[in-house]
Amino acid sequence: MMAVEVRLPTLLRVHADGAASVHADGTTVGEVFAALTAEHPGLANQLVDGEGVLHKFVNVYVNDDDIRYLDKLATPVTDRDVVSILPAVAGG
Amino acid sequence: MTFAPPVLRLSASQYERIVGHCYEGLPDEACGLLAGPVGEVRGAREATGHVSEVYPAVNADASARTYTVDGRDYLRASRDAEARGDEIIGVWHSHTHTDPYPSPTDVRSAVDPMWIYVIVSLRDESPMLRAYRIRDGVVGECQVVSMP
Repeated sequence: MMAVEVRLPTLLRVHADGAASVHADGTTVGEVFAALTAEHPGLANQLVDGEGVLHKFVNVYVNDDDIRYLDKLATPVTDRDVVSILPAVAGG
Repeated sequence: MTFAPPVLRLSASQYERIVGHCYEGLPDEACGLLAGPVGEVRGAREATGHVSEVYPAVNADASARTYTVDGRDYLRASRDAEARGDEIIGVWHSHTHTDPYPSPTDVRSAVDPMWIYVIVSLRDESPMLRAYRIRDGVVGECQVVSMP
């Protein structure tokens, strides 16, 4: 297993002891998120819904690429990749 | 307990970049992000109201009624802010034909209780820039001060 760096937005850091960046094991984004939420249960409902689908108000990037345009949660990652989580910023 | 909203401090050039980007976006709404230092007030993380950088962004909605900050623009801004030791502390967007006050959509969509939400109304001949804190559905106005 490879530890992948995950960058958290300010809003979610409270669920990870205030850390801006955490590491979790996995070979896909989904596996990394599963390991991450096992360690930080407060993150569980913040990223994926009960069906295991990424929330639409959350954007996830592997390096510079939005995983919605890759393989979504099945997007492969290595320990050289950085996963960034950002909330969707919108209004009217 | 209620917190006093921070005072937003914008330099003349930051103000001009924000308002200029709003006019360039017409007829659509324009948007962008603010970076600045974050401090601690009574144990809670709070934006100080100082702005170290403004980041014009693409409105991914390309709409005169709604905006979504382009995700890649947000990612780049976030990295740049953190490289400076700051954070993204707020977002601005334009209202092309209405008051500089958060719409129900703005209140419902507010991302982060720490953020400062800047709205620029282009309804009148002169732009009107106002800033707000939106927390638990409650809107509080932030004073805006021009810095040299």
